[in-house]
Amino acid sequence: MADRARFAEQAMEHMTALYSAALRMTRNPADAEDLVQETYLRAYRSFDSFTEGTNLKAWLYRILTNTYINSYRAAKRRPEVSDVEDVEDLYLYHRLSPAQGFGRSAEEEALAGFTDEEVKEAIEALPEAFRIAVLLADVEGFSYKEIAEITEVPIGTVMSRIHRGRRALQKTLAGFAQSRGLVAAGPAKAP
Amino acid sequence: MAHEGRGGCGDYASYVDCAEAVRQLYVYLDGELTDDRRLEIAAHLDECGPCAAAAGFEAELRAVISSRCKDRVPDSLIARVASAIAAEEACRGSGPAPSSASA
Repeated sequence: MADRARFAEQAMEHMTALYSAALRMTRNPADAEDLVQETYLRAYRSFDSFTEGTNLKAWLYRILTNTYINSYRAAKRRPEVSDVEDVEDLYLYHRLSPAQGFGRSAEEEALAGFTDEEVKEAIEALPEAFRIAVLLADVEGFSYKEIAEITEVPIGTVMSRIHRGRRALQKTLAGFAQSRGLVAAGPAKAP
Repeated sequence: MAHEGRGGCGDYASYVDCAEAVRQLYVYLDGELTDDRRLEIAAHLDECGPCAAAAGFEAELRAVISSRCKDRVPDSLIARVASAIAAEEACRGSGPAPSSASA
């Protein structure tokens, strides 16, 4: 059982990560701030149910995700798309122009060229379940098991959401690379 | 099933072909494969240049995505959360004392 008097010193250091996740979830700074504040209040109130020595960051993310799904999103009544168009593995890689010999390859150009805004936009474009799964895996580095616990879905579902979400993300990023002339004309390179 | 990796990589001596390596790539990069499976995929990547290049790209893309998603927390939010918690603490002050109450 955790001591509530020590909540702030342990929990506040995670605010940067929680705020970024809240921004990707709500796609709006004012809503993200409200969501983070609500998360901290709920966490504070139930801190005595947190087991000291276990993963505090994952516990906070679970509250953040629950708060977002149960109160925030419900209040917004935003119709959510529940699926993504599935594209093949290595979608982006296969579409970048092959190396021309000298200089940086299209792969290097693309990776160096994606801006913060583009990557954030690509994540925020994902349907909610996929967005949260990709965010927790690729931005926060949680394991499949941790993500299953945070989002309260089976591990198989987590894996499917992460993998399909990543491929959908790559499709959006390929659009940005294409606007820079880094995507080869014609059909994709052989898979 | 015959499968050629980008640049034409056939099935090498390892147990894993290119199609299988690509299919397992995310789980491999996530560090979520069993030890045996991880070693099999690693052996394939050691032998197969095209698959290794694709794996390298995916790993770098992951790092780029993570590094591009940082946001600065507004000072006003830090203050808001701190004062909300302080208000909550004050409310609870009239209840049972916490075990290590500050002076």
